[in-house]
Amino acid sequence: MATPAHADPAVHPASTAAGSENQSYGAWLLSWIMTSDHKRIGILYGLSALFFFVLGGIEALIIRTQLARPGLHVVDPATYNALFTMHGTTMIFLGVMPFSAAFFNYLVPLQIGARDVIFPRLNAFSFWLFLCGGIILNVPFVLTPFVDMRVIPDGGWFGYATLTEKEYSPGASIDFWVCGLQILGIASMAAGFNFIVTIFNLRAPGMTLLRMPVFTWMTLVVQFLVVLSFPCITIALVLLLFDRQFGTHFYIPEGGGDPLLWQHLFWLFGHPEVYILILPAMGIVSEVLPTFSRKPLFGAPFVIFSGITIGLLGFGVWSHHMFTTGLGAAADASFAVTTMLIAIPTGVKIFNWLATIWGGQLRLTTAMLFALGFVCMFTMGGLSGIMHASPPVDLQQQDSYFVVAHFHYVLFGGAVFGLLAGIYYWFPKMSGRFLSESWGRVIFGLVFVGFNTTFFPMHIVGAAGMPRRIFTYEAGLGWEIPNMIETAGAFIIAFGVLFFIIDLIRCMMAKEMTAGPNPWDASSLEWVCDSPPKVHNFDITPVVYSDRPVFDKTHGLGPGYSLPVGHEHIHIPPPSLRPLFLAIAVAWFLASWLIAGQAMMLGVVSALLATAFMLYSCFSWFLEPGH
Amino acid sequence: MNRPGFQPSVVWLTLSTVPALPRFLRMLVPRFFFARLVPLIGLCLLAGCGGSTMSTFEGHSDLTKEILDIYGVIFWIDLALFLLVQGILIVAVVKFRATGKETTLPEQVHGNLPMEIGWTVAPVVLLVIITVPTVSLIFESQAQAKDDALVVNAVGKQWWFQFGYPEYDFETANEMHVPLGRQVDVRLQSDNVIHAFWAPQIAAKRDMMPGRVNHITFTADKVGEYMGQCAEYCADSHALMKFRIFVDTAEDFDKWAKHQASAQAEPVAASAGFQAFQGATCVACHAIEGTSSQSRIGPDLTHVGSRGLIASGILENNEANLRLWLKDPAAIKPGSKMPNLNLTDEQINTIVPFLSSLK
Repeated sequence: MATPAHADPAVHPASTAAGSENQSYGAWLLSWIMTSDHKRIGILYGLSALFFFVLGGIEALIIRTQLARPGLHVVDPATYNALFTMHGTTMIFLGVMPFSAAFFNYLVPLQIGARDVIFPRLNAFSFWLFLCGGIILNVPFVLTPFVDMRVIPDGGWFGYATLTEKEYSPGASIDFWVCGLQILGIASMAAGFNFIVTIFNLRAPGMTLLRMPVFTWMTLVVQFLVVLSFPCITIALVLLLFDRQFGTHFYIPEGGGDPLLWQHLFWLFGHPEVYILILPAMGIVSEVLPTFSRKPLFGAPFVIFSGITIGLLGFGVWSHHMFTTGLGAAADASFAVTTMLIAIPTGVKIFNWLATIWGGQLRLTTAMLFALGFVCMFTMGGLSGIMHASPPVDLQQQDSYFVVAHFHYVLFGGAVFGLLAGIYYWFPKMSGRFLSESWGRVIFGLVFVGFNTTFFPMHIVGAAGMPRRIFTYEAGLGWEIPNMIETAGAFIIAFGVLFFIIDLIRCMMAKEMTAGPNPWDASSLEWVCDSPPKVHNFDITPVVYSDRPVFDKTHGLGPGYSLPVGHEHIHIPPPSLRPLFLAIAVAWFLASWLIAGQAMMLGVVSALLATAFMLYSCFSWFLEPGH
Repeated sequence: MNRPGFQPSVVWLTLSTVPALPRFLRMLVPRFFFARLVPLIGLCLLAGCGGSTMSTFEGHSDLTKEILDIYGVIFWIDLALFLLVQGILIVAVVKFRATGKETTLPEQVHGNLPMEIGWTVAPVVLLVIITVPTVSLIFESQAQAKDDALVVNAVGKQWWFQFGYPEYDFETANEMHVPLGRQVDVRLQSDNVIHAFWAPQIAAKRDMMPGRVNHITFTADKVGEYMGQCAEYCADSHALMKFRIFVDTAEDFDKWAKHQASAQAEPVAASAGFQAFQGATCVACHAIEGTSSQSRIGPDLTHVGSRGLIASGILENNEANLRLWLKDPAAIKPGSKMPNLNLTDEQINTIVPFLSSLK
């Protein structure tokens, strides 16, 4: 066996889940802050995402409480508007995206047989920058009692101009939103390039592109969507920043601008973003269903190519978010057709998943239940999506609760169910311990029932004419009963999530690691490693002979994979604080715009200091030994 | 933006000029089938039918009925696909659940090309069935309005609707009257943020974009009072931005419009009420035709007493509510652009009956 060159236990404790006994708490904490291990970064992403997910969930509960009855005033209208803005922004950018990133980070190197991502420190930089962005978006909640203006973002997660212009949003609320999103954009872009290069270059010998696990494939598609779509919102936000702080008129018609420009730029990012959120979950489900059916994924190449097609078509449908803006008949018709086209690869995926479980031996573990729940709920969301793909029908559904129901079926019933399936599936790999299966069933039951109780009535109330984003409504329109049911459902989900978190903490504290390398009898390379894997993942890089290497080898269906005999030099970069420094410097620089919005000179000074710190961080990063 | 007009690309021209096909497809699901049957399945029962509602399941104009037709086509296709997918899923879970006693692996099926082709092509057929009537209605509903259509200029404000009738030369607020059976061309505009004009039973929805003019054209076919509400988030009081559409017979409409276009008579300008109105600086924002009050920042009040509701469709128009409104507008409508003028009770006592008298 090979001897790891940098297997220093003081900085690389063998367990990724907790520090070893004889380490001081400070050293343990520092080892996490300085880490460039993709598995630890994955866990950091996962825990931060869980935190923000709970935050967004609390926002949702306040929203639902306010809407339980007509005319309630739990919070005032301005706060309500801030809450739904932050609920959307948080769930998308700080909940689902980093949760997916947690899986990318933890799994992609393992699935392709690599020791880490190709740029481990850039990976750490992405995480810290993401965290800075999340903090800047949420810091206004703490700030708001101390300042005399609106600071919590309240322009909607879509931030439509002209409402977000200085004239209509004079406080700093939109500035915080712009700043936070810009930072998150840089973090996502850096991670996107990192994973594209990793997947193309670090695959184990024999792992051709079509032998790659579907989850890694979907990760690859998502990273291309990230690096191609985020520049659109970056530009949109820069133009908005210029409008707000330098008096330009990009979105102001009185000055020759056009608020529709914002919508085009935003949705040219925003629609691919939808697939950035859902494709990772589709990848997870494509791993979970075959494993627990004890069959290969039916039509794997078709599932993969459908994912690619969805990604490509995702760039040609943005205006279906704008059917009511008056683009003209030709544009409406064209975008209706491209939107309908997306239903085809989506349908192909669903039918392949059904064919996968058909004829299998289904083990209904919690992971499998969530994956089946995904297929069930995502189908609902897809079908209601076909309705507003038809522009005339959209003239009745757009901005109503029907649309709210639709995208929650896609993003909660789809993305979140997929992510929960992934957590139950890979938790033994990540920690060596199982989450409770009996509690898992209860949690699945609560989340599934709660989800449908919350979101199905939204179809009804939307068709009954209830618009989105209203802080209250009047009685007598048939909206009372569905809203009451929805609120009750939201609390059922909350209980499910609460039990899940309790079980998660309980299992992380449990001492015995009983999982073993391959507890589910699964097929991809991460199941060769220990649970949890060693710092360097593989002692010997495996050679791959099929698209199901571990399953084939276990069941004698083929050679699967082999571990060549010999020694390998293992290089693991030493821990570093530089990625954290640079992330703080970049966030600080962008936050200087925020300060400049209130006090120009102070902002300029802050930006100069941030630049100096950025230069220091960059050069000390480059010059750090051992790189 | 100007009228989009009829500018189809070649493909849509081809599709929409096959005249029989769209009509045939729309006939597949006759109107009554959807309008009567779906309510029965229970969705609409909950959604509350009858009376003045916002329900999208009751169309009372050519536009909203045609939308319902397409919705019907998609609804039945969706229902069939839903039952198919969930049916397969449930059967598979029941039938193929592992017993724990299996000794061999299930058959390792990797795929099946004819099946892949099948479930790629079948959705295409279904989507064509949806797309053809969709595209035909897109062009039909966005065609140029007829020359004799009634033009209404609808302007979204924070947070109320201004309706102007160039044919009769007057402006009113939050209550739009239209004649039965005559095409109406609503020209949607905004001079502030984006709003959306949504009257589900009569006009469906379109945005009011700053710097553009959007159109909704429809012909209402049933006399009545219909609700509408702003559907695009427009800050604080977005939830409280409502309006009404009244469909009147041609005679009633003409009578209403001519009355609205008339100025108030001479004595109004000299009345104590108007003096108080002027003294309280209301004139800075509001217009009353026939007096010196001509500002158009707030709603036109010439015939405010004839309107059924105040504060953009959220309060009944009576003296008690007018009093509440004048006392503190922001208490009723958060963020209201009408400031609290700190009127004395005496001022309010004079102004309220004056406003109510402006029939």
